[in-house]
Amino acid sequence: MNHKLFKFHGGIHLPGKKAMSTGEPIARAPIPERLVLPLQQHIGTPAKPVVEVGDRVLKGQMIARAEGMVSAPIHASSSGTVSAIEARPVPHPSGMSSLCIEIETDGEERWTELTPHPGYQNLEPQQLRNIIRDAGIVGLGGAGFPAHIKLNPGARTAVDTLILNGAECEPYITCDDMLMRERPEEVINGARIMIHAINARHCIIAIEDNKPEAFSAVSEALEKVGSSTIDVVQIPTRYPTGGEKQLIKVITGKEVPTDGLPIDIGIVCHNVTTASSVFTAVELGEPLISRIVTLTGEAMGKPQNMEALIGTPIDMLIEEAGGTKATMQQLLMGGPMMGIPLQDMNQPLVKTGNCLLALEEQEHSTPALPCIRCGECARVCPAQLLPQQLYWHSRARDFDKAQDYHLFDCIECGCCNYVCPSNIPLVQYYRFAKTEVWAQEREHKASDLARQRFEFQQFRKERDKAERAARMKKKKAAVKGKGKQGEDAKKEAIKAAMERAKKKREANTAKPENTEDLSPAQQRQIDEVDARRARAADTPPAATPAESED
Amino acid sequence: MSLLTSSPYTHGSNQVSLVMRNVLYALLPALALYTWMFGWGVLTNQLIAIAVALGSEALIIRLRRRPVKPALLDGSALITAVLLAFAIPPFSPWWLITIGTLSAIVMAKHLYGGLGYNPFNPAMVGYVVLLISFPLEMTQWLPPIELRSEELSLGATLGYVFGGQLPGGNLLDAYTMATPLDSLKTALGMDKSVAEAMAASPVFGNVGGIHWEYINGVLLLGGLWMIYKQVITWHIPVAVLGSLLLISTLFWLINPVHYADPLFHIFTGGAMLGAFFIATDPVSGATSERGRIIFGIGVGVLEYVIRVWGGYPDGIAFSVLLMNMAAPTIDYYTQPRIYGERG
Repeated sequence: MNHKLFKFHGGIHLPGKKAMSTGEPIARAPIPERLVLPLQQHIGTPAKPVVEVGDRVLKGQMIARAEGMVSAPIHASSSGTVSAIEARPVPHPSGMSSLCIEIETDGEERWTELTPHPGYQNLEPQQLRNIIRDAGIVGLGGAGFPAHIKLNPGARTAVDTLILNGAECEPYITCDDMLMRERPEEVINGARIMIHAINARHCIIAIEDNKPEAFSAVSEALEKVGSSTIDVVQIPTRYPTGGEKQLIKVITGKEVPTDGLPIDIGIVCHNVTTASSVFTAVELGEPLISRIVTLTGEAMGKPQNMEALIGTPIDMLIEEAGGTKATMQQLLMGGPMMGIPLQDMNQPLVKTGNCLLALEEQEHSTPALPCIRCGECARVCPAQLLPQQLYWHSRARDFDKAQDYHLFDCIECGCCNYVCPSNIPLVQYYRFAKTEVWAQEREHKASDLARQRFEFQQFRKERDKAERAARMKKKKAAVKGKGKQGEDAKKEAIKAAMERAKKKREANTAKPENTEDLSPAQQRQIDEVDARRARAADTPPAATPAESED
Repeated sequence: MSLLTSSPYTHGSNQVSLVMRNVLYALLPALALYTWMFGWGVLTNQLIAIAVALGSEALIIRLRRRPVKPALLDGSALITAVLLAFAIPPFSPWWLITIGTLSAIVMAKHLYGGLGYNPFNPAMVGYVVLLISFPLEMTQWLPPIELRSEELSLGATLGYVFGGQLPGGNLLDAYTMATPLDSLKTALGMDKSVAEAMAASPVFGNVGGIHWEYINGVLLLGGLWMIYKQVITWHIPVAVLGSLLLISTLFWLINPVHYADPLFHIFTGGAMLGAFFIATDPVSGATSERGRIIFGIGVGVLEYVIRVWGGYPDGIAFSVLLMNMAAPTIDYYTQPRIYGERG
């Protein structure tokens, strides 16, 4: 199949280092004695526990339900007893703890009652979305955005292309590769369900050309199925071609608007592993309770891929993969470009945990020198930003300027950092700047609210005083004219009371801000701040860093 | 290794020291040719400048209480010294080179904050300080060896450079000759034609100044190699040489009697050195791609303007410094359209 491809700006060639973990077929990790299931393994609101300590749970049983619009439920990965619901260390950039449900497994693997839907064609898109939502499926490429939301194009847009992301552009990681090699039909069937759910015109499965085995496996499986709506396409290996925005550009030549989503240009993008778990959820009725994880790196004993239950302790997986070598310098979840460090090997495997990477000491990790303004960073930036300017302004804590240079369009892919001859930890500066901006916005919001409350309180006091005075006056007048116009006065009093109530309602909805008598300059400042705040609010905080690979 | 706290956890092989080393490699062939054609004075220039540059860099870094070794190893002071020594007349006295190098390293670089913070090209600041302060010494150029009445030995060279004495009590004037650009300027000033000027002096070669054409040719090859090795991007050299070619062609077509041909301009004086090695200094230049093209055009045009109508025979130093001033503004107005930005 000849598909016209496009180029995205920048990007870099990285040593792939993938072969070390593709020698063996996907192994099955043993069931641990204890499973630890964090309530937040996705972007959005944490799930809410629906079990209590001591409850017996079955494999696949929902133990925490989705809370709010953007959320995903959590299921028991195996049968056993809930032994704790408490904060535990979880894989997170900050290294913080968060609420988890711990299950003491009984080793019996007794399933809860499942509801398979073998004929997905007979289901309405909304029903499919509900099944996918209830199965707790999130973007498994690393971003962890609830999948059912991205499968809901809404009434506004027709979906042209569904892109299944099998690029897997980060070095070392091979879990998508192995999945496509071993279970291509799951990916294809998942794609067909997704096409049905969003009524897409066609679907493209994109695979980097450094994975010929995966490409031929998927091609062969496609031929067997004989689908006319699904194509598999080889794309040039170039990091970060698996970033959602970059992949869309490569496949369609279109760009996602800075303030928009792929659906705005008729595109929906999902990871291949997500597609396979959609298939499992719909066809077999099984929720997301396991995933394939790559255990690799120069310091990993026996690099390989493993299918493991969500919640399995990482140290147990590593033990299973021959343990880490003494030369290990850093253990990461994810790839070397965007992965997060794991301080504690006791942490559980989460839904977004695609790779456990044990790195040895890195070459070329000299201390940072001053920026020599060489511009290499701008040359490789896939978002076409000016990383150097972002760096200067972030360093100077001039966050307004950093936002003028589109700080929030940075996808934190790390290309600039990789090529910087001065070895400046650029991405670290951008993360710092973003965090500071979010903190400032929160502070602004809180102080705005406090000011509004105070002003409204003042206003209410004044109003109550004035109204009381008016009432007294009227009462006095009524007393004077009593007898003659008793009925009229009563009516009038009722009318006045209604009017007061109406006024009160209006006052409640009116903006009690101090916005009169503003100079044009002040008004402009306020407008700018409002606009920026609106923009910042539109950017889902955690979505930006982990957008790649999804 | 310092334990990184945030991704990425891998780094490419690119290093400042590697960039500087590659620039040096690209310069070496031209330097060797230069020495072979013009004699020992080229080397004494280089060695004095390098010694003073490294010494003053180390001293300033110590005064600033920063680690000395990485600063010396990054190679930036070395490149500044090599470029400055390349630009000033060979056989310059030691004190001239020392003053120029100190101006470059101490004043233009470290007083502005050191590596990465200097708004002006240090080598060119050093050059201009000398050009303005010591006009006589800065115009005493020796012609290639074969045009000299007698050869200056290594001993004689050292004697002059460090002691100011030449064999037989001669003055350096006895050896020097006006440079091609200088001769042309003088002749044109006396209402001669370009052809007459070139016929009157032996310093003109086939396309540029005699032998200077070869040195410029080798510098061009070195520059192309740097583009191939991705040490520099093509934007600035192409813009400098392209604009210089265009504007010189334009005036040459209008009046070939009064204006030298375009090939003469790009193969004479500091054209190639300026285009590939000086205007491409990233610290003091523009950084965006469009910005670099504008920056380069500015350098090329100003170079021609100064050569033809200005008070100095060559204009690379002033044109680079003038464009250095404009670089931040150029960068501000040439920001690229970001991914997904409308319009």
